[in-house]
Formats: sequence, C-alpha cells, structure tokens
Amino acid sequence: MREKLMGGFASRFSEVFKRLELSSTLEIANRASDVEVERVLAQGRANSLNEFAALVSPAAEKHLETLCRLSQRLTQQHFGKTIRMFAPLYLSNECVNICKYCGFSRHNDIPRITLDIEKVEREAALLAEQGFRSILLVAGEHPKYVSNGYVEEVVRRLAETFPSIALELGPLETPAYQPLTQAGCEALIVYQETYHEATYRSLHTAGPKKHFHWRMDTAERAYEAGFRRLGIGALFGLHEWREEALALAAHTQHLLKTCWKAQINISLPRMRPAAGEFEQVDFLQDHHFVQLITALRLFAPHAGITLSTREPSTLRDGLIPIGVTSMSAGSSTEPGGYSSFDETSFTPTREQEGEQFHIADERPPSEVARAIRKMGYEPVWKDFDQSLLAAV
Amino acid sequence: MSRHTTEPLIIGDRTFQSRLLVGTGKFSSNETMRDALRASETELVTVALKRANLSGDNDPFANILDYLESDRYLLLPNTAGAMNADEAVRIARLAVAAGLPNWVKLEIHPDPNYLLPDPIETLAAAEVLIKEGFTVLPYINADPVLAQRLQDVGCATVMPLGSPIGSNRGLDTRSQIEIIIEQARVPVVVDAGLGAPSHAAAALEMGADAVLINTAIAIASDPSAMAQAFAKAVEAGREAYEIGLGKANTSAEATSPLTTFLNA
Repeated sequence: MREKLMGGFASRFSEVFKRLELSSTLEIANRASDVEVERVLAQGRANSLNEFAALVSPAAEKHLETLCRLSQRLTQQHFGKTIRMFAPLYLSNECVNICKYCGFSRHNDIPRITLDIEKVEREAALLAEQGFRSILLVAGEHPKYVSNGYVEEVVRRLAETFPSIALELGPLETPAYQPLTQAGCEALIVYQETYHEATYRSLHTAGPKKHFHWRMDTAERAYEAGFRRLGIGALFGLHEWREEALALAAHTQHLLKTCWKAQINISLPRMRPAAGEFEQVDFLQDHHFVQLITALRLFAPHAGITLSTREPSTLRDGLIPIGVTSMSAGSSTEPGGYSSFDETSFTPTREQEGEQFHIADERPPSEVARAIRKMGYEPVWKDFDQSLLAAV
Repeated sequence: MSRHTTEPLIIGDRTFQSRLLVGTGKFSSNETMRDALRASETELVTVALKRANLSGDNDPFANILDYLESDRYLLLPNTAGAMNADEAVRIARLAVAAGLPNWVKLEIHPDPNYLLPDPIETLAAAEVLIKEGFTVLPYINADPVLAQRLQDVGCATVMPLGSPIGSNRGLDTRSQIEIIIEQARVPVVVDAGLGAPSHAAAALEMGADAVLINTAIAIASDPSAMAQAFAKAVEAGREAYEIGLGKANTSAEATSPLTTFLNA
C-alpha cells in the first residue's frame, strides 16, 4: 500500500517518462506568451517543468540578458566564483554499438585501440602534470573492459594520483557498478543522447545501446551502487532542441528527488564533426545554447553544468560567468592521444583518425585556467578527496 | 565618552578577540581570499579539507593552505564532502596526520544541494572525534535538542544554521536559535545563510557568541570591503548585546489605567 502511495517517486525515470505528457509542455515551450515569460523571470526561479518550458520558449529569447543575470547570481550563490577542472582520458575506442553520429561506431573503419594499464598510467601522469586532479575515464561499449576487471584495475591505480575519478562507459547493472565504486570511482556519466524514442531507435540500430529505457535508468542503477555524482545529458543536434531540453529537465528533477544524496551534473554536448556521415537534425544555435543553460540554472540551481572542449574558446570564456560549473581543457578524444603530441608546445591537433569527435577549444589547460582567472573565477583542480571513499 | 570593550570569545582552550569566523570557499582567487581574511580581522578560519592536499606533498594545483596565514588566525579544517560519520572521522584524522590543527568543524551533509547537516551522523562522529582528543565544532540545523546532545558529548561549540548555506536568507531559524542560546553551555556560533551585515549584527544582538560568514563575503564584488563591513556589524551587534538592548514595545500604554480600582 505504502509503495503504491509513493509510486510516483519510487519508479524509475523510464516509467515516469512514459507517463509524462510532454506534448502540453512542449506547447508552452513553443508558444509561451510574453506575460508568462515575464512572470517566471520576475520570480527568478522556474518552479515547475511548465515554467522551465516558458524560459526556453521563443518569447524568452529577447530576455536573454535577464536570464544570464539571474543565472549568474544563482550559480555564484551555490558554486561561488569557481570552475571545477577535469580532463577526459579515453581508455578505448572499441565499441559494439552502432550509433550513426559517433566516431567510435562499430561500422566506422578507424584504428581500434584499448590502452594497456601501463599506457593508461602514462597518459594519466601527463594529465596530472598539467594540474588535473579530477579525471573522466571514457571507453566505448565493449564487454571485455568491465567483465575482466580492466576498468576496476585502472581505477585502483589512478586513485593514488586522482582524488576524483569519473566514468563514462556503457550502462551496467547495479552489481557490476559496485566494484567500481569500491575501487574509488566517485562519479558516473551517461548521456541519453536523445530522449526522443523514435529518433533514438533510428540512430542506435545495433548493440546493447539500442535499449532506450534501460539506458535511461542507468543513473539510478549507478546511484544504488554508491556513485555520489551522476552526470546526464543529451547530444544536441539529434532532435528538436526544445523537446530534448524538457526531457532533460524532467530527468534532472527526477534524479534530484530519487537520488537525493548525489550531486546531479548536466552536460549539453552539441554535435561536432566526427567520423561517419551524419547530418544533424536541429543544430543548437549559440543564443539558444545560452538560453538553455540559463533556463536550466533557474530550474535546478544546485545542478552542476559541464562545458567540454567541443565548444570554441570564445563561447567557453563567455559562459564562465553565466552558469557553467565545470570544464574540461586540453582534451584528446582518442585513446593514447595525450602522449601522441608534445604537450609542452601544444599545437592545434589535426583531425585524428581514431578520435570520437574533434574538439574546438584547443588551448592547453594552463591557458584555459588563465582565461578563467581573467574572467574573475578560480579554476579549482581538486575538490574531492579519496579518503572520503576509502574503506577503513 | 568611554568606548565599550567587548568580552573575548572563548572556545575550548583558546581565546579570540574577533567574533567573526570566515570560510574559504567560493572566492574568485586565492589572493582575493587571503586579502578578505586579513580585512575581516578574523581569528578563526575554516577550510574544506577536500580542497587541500593531505598527502604532505606540495601540490601547486591544490595549494589553498599556502594562502592561509596561520600566524593571523587559527585554521579550522572542515569535513565538507563527508556524507556520513565514517567519512568525516577519516578525513579529520588525515588532516591531523598532515599537520593541521586538531580542531575540526564537523559538517556532514548527505544532501549535496542544500547542504543540510545530518544530525544522526554528526552526533556519532562527534563522539568518536572527541574521544580522540579533537576540539569539535559541529555544524547543525537549529535543533535545540540536538544542540544539547552534542554538548553532552563534549563539543566545544554548537553551530546552528541561520538558513541554508549560500542562501543569504538570514536568521530564518531565529526562534529555535533563541532556545539554543538560552540553554547553551558552550559558545553558539550562527553558521550559514547570513547574507548581510545586518543579519550578523542581529545574531550577535540576540546573544549568539559568534557568526561564520562565507558566501556573502566570497562572492561580493569587493570581498575585502564586505569582510570589513561584516566585522563592524559583528562588533556592533556584540556591543549592543553586552550593553543591553531596550525591549521593543509591542503594545501601546493604555490611556486609562486598568488597575485604578485597587486604589479606591
């Protein structure tokens, strides 16, 4: 009986999502009135999904400056004048999935590499030298990494150098996540890519990733295994951006309630050129991108928002004081990519054959850190300690 | 005209002239933080251990401690990031091993959003740390019974929140803090949510022994000037408390006395 009463919050997001009538909310996102937008802006917060919808509507576009000001204030209040720094480390580009937009997709003819553990340690050492104390381990989806304890061993080795370790791999069941949290992982990132089911199915035609709902519940399974930071996101460009934004906001709200001990982090990657022939459906324009970030801030003031090197430097610098809370820098999206060039005289990389996507902000980390300081913010490299996780 | 000299604040075995404690998060740079701390004339500064390197090595990318001047103020390591008692105890022990003072601001917040403290875990951790010789200053919700329990196990202060961290809402919990102050056997430090010097002054006026300010100073457009503004407010509030404030009249005096019949 009790379970039934609490059903609303006890359900997984995939269940909630099925019942979510996004069409009426989408109607608001497309056609909110000036009066409604101004009402929400006047209260300084979006207290419901409908109010969030008003903030991403065309009517809100002319209030972008106000949105930015409100977002800046809320972000500074909760996160201070700081930007958390992290770097991705690509472990492998082997992948069993077909994702039509991704450079790692199994139908792409690219060199396939999985770094051995010593090579991972060398790559990690280069990142540590540049200042990174927070690292995101990325791999394509392939059963051989997790089942044989490879990722777990990588985490164990890197935990001595990196106080904070995050993972971005193919979704797993809760018990398969547990050894990873025990080894010292703090965060798990998994993007839904698109929340539009028909689009999702047409883009993910083979491999375990084709299971739309199973992917959707990954963050909750990870939470049950002890991850304390959960990253979600949509890959903008695959489907109409306002609809993606509503679903992502609903997902954020759901996780804030069900995974109340976790820090929820949102990423808003926009499509970049990568291997394969993929044409975007709806490119997210810069001013819409800013509108989306600030609207999310007014809807979920405590959620972290990450900006990767997919975005060009001018846009990244401009977004520092507006609502972003963490940034990567100097990223290579190719396994082994950090040791394949001279990082002390970091020169713009040509497009690499084995990379997932090509980055736009090619500045080395020290230069990004300088840019952050110039904007009046402190780049924070260490904001977690392994001792918080370590077994006694 | 005589100038009133306020009483010092005594916590554990230490005496402080300043009743303003300052936190070190959210500043736009370590230099800005250092200058604001100086300007505040604080003598007790809290720092999140998760931001520091505790291995004993010198790490230029986790060097917040290099900007904290231990000849000016006592460092009060805090356990922010800990979600339960075990984690808090572990990181406090590490801090001591790394050469930091054995004073600890105990803060355990399982909810990373509002950062509200877990009362059950806080009490459990306080017991362990006090037995190990730590001077424990626990961050708590404004719960008078919890404050009593923490004093029973030997905490050096209690630090009830005025409102959630970073909220700038001021003394939302005023009526509960009044009870905590009335019953207190140790100094009461109002921590969190104080967004304006007037909030700090009000806390001191009502008898709080000190306040801890972080966000309101750190994200001000001029943190050093704001730190000074808070310092003045804290001093004014304390002076007024010691001198004794007149009671605000809640009702007008009746024009026709009600007790004249007694004289008849």
